Amino acid sequence: MMPLADTQFVETTGVWIIKSVVIFAFVLGIVPLILLLERKLLGRFQNRYGPNRVGPYGLLQPLADVLKLLSKEQFYPATGVPFLMALAPAIMIVTALAAIAIIPFGDVREGFGSEFGLYGIDVNIGVLYAFAFGSLAFYGLMLGGWASGSKYSFLGAMRSAAQLISYEVSLGLSLIGVVMMAGSLSLVDIVKAQDGVWYVLPQFVGFLVFAVAGFAETNRAPFDLPEADAELVAGYNTEFGGMRFGSFFMAEYMNMLVIAGLGAAMFFGGWMGPGPSFLDPVWMVLKMLAVVVFFIWIRATMPRLRYDQLMSFGWKILLPLATLNLLVTATIVALA
Amino acid sequence: MTYRPDKDVIAVQRGPDPGGLGGVARAFGETLRGLKTTFGRLVEGPVTIQYPEEKTPVYPRFRGRHKLHRFEDTGLEKCVGCSLCAAACPADCIRVVAAENTPGDRVSAGERYAEIYEINMTRCIFCGYCEVACPFDAITLGHDYELSDYHRSDLIFTKEMLLAEPVERTPLRREGE
Repeated sequence: MMPLADTQFVETTGVWIIKSVVIFAFVLGIVPLILLLERKLLGRFQNRYGPNRVGPYGLLQPLADVLKLLSKEQFYPATGVPFLMALAPAIMIVTALAAIAIIPFGDVREGFGSEFGLYGIDVNIGVLYAFAFGSLAFYGLMLGGWASGSKYSFLGAMRSAAQLISYEVSLGLSLIGVVMMAGSLSLVDIVKAQDGVWYVLPQFVGFLVFAVAGFAETNRAPFDLPEADAELVAGYNTEFGGMRFGSFFMAEYMNMLVIAGLGAAMFFGGWMGPGPSFLDPVWMVLKMLAVVVFFIWIRATMPRLRYDQLMSFGWKILLPLATLNLLVTATIVALA
Repeated sequence: MTYRPDKDVIAVQRGPDPGGLGGVARAFGETLRGLKTTFGRLVEGPVTIQYPEEKTPVYPRFRGRHKLHRFEDTGLEKCVGCSLCAAACPADCIRVVAAENTPGDRVSAGERYAEIYEINMTRCIFCGYCEVACPFDAITLGHDYELSDYHRSDLIFTKEMLLAEPVERTPLRREGE
């Protein structure tokens, strides 16, 4: 039996509750803003304005969208399985939110009569935890596609399953290089290890693999095959309406935040930045937003891949590249 | 020019074979080029015309809503009710009913005037043939293109509406614009 301090679970229950509420509020508050940011930026990338009619500068657009989704009918197709259709979006949201818990926004602070870290939890399996929930999220996706009882949804779900298998491996391997250099799986320790130089420089190949696999993990362009609008009529969420669709949609953006948080923490020095230490969370959020903007930029640039291209790219290029990167890193770390 | 098949060699330019390390490097380079292109659009700024607030300027010869004209000095209507416009109209959207001018009630400069002059704007195709057919330049096509309404009956423009000076809502395109 380990002492509690060694497992780093030093915070009191009250602090936990406060942290959970803050993380929840932060995520639910920032997701609509990212949605708006995406639509605005996509517009700018295409020489147009994006939404600018609802409220000043279109700021109330996400609110209007959510209101519209909330007021819609909850419809089940005759061939669908209502129980599973209700469960699938919930799984997506829960897994996405749970994964955000390990994103560190700062180091351990003192205050409120105790010590607390500016992160949900500092699990010692760190990155693995995020991967575990990332994989669980695909249950929601698969269930959603299968329970709809629709060919398109099922095809979309199958595609996403295949995509997950192809890219989760590369994603994991790309991060192991960082883990080896830092000597820890905990994201907090990894950020602390980047005090001198950010890992994006020594692990550039790993970063590239991570970025590409991250797009595939979050089903974003150019790897948005599970929901390819043109050929699959939105894929696994075809049969979902109202806030069920909204949940899938929000979960996609939360997954984006998770990947952005992982990327910022593992390659861009997490909360490290100039200025006093109370600015740490700001730096982290800014870095995450920068990654999100990069996601949007890529979406505005890249066409969707063909399915066989996706598969051959994942297995023939990305996986060998990640493995090679891993081997080189391992050699260097072992020699140093 | 005669067709000479022996000289007619088409040189096919092929790109480098995909795949391999070179392919990866090229794909990376091309991705960066694509990112640069989209970023260029971002820097350029939007080209959208915010329509209800901001209107597309029209050319001077733009064919929009019709106008009926009066003589400027006497104030009499130019239209004499000859129905040539109605005859020329391919969409058959003009209805003219002529009446005789009397010395006590003189409406137009000619013998007769148009008692009823209606253009059905739901049918009009804005071809401008009425303008061409008119011997007195009584009808011309203006610049106004905002012609939507809630009821079809409101879109049958009567003589009074056509004679009235239209609210100038449409900006005119300047020279070289």
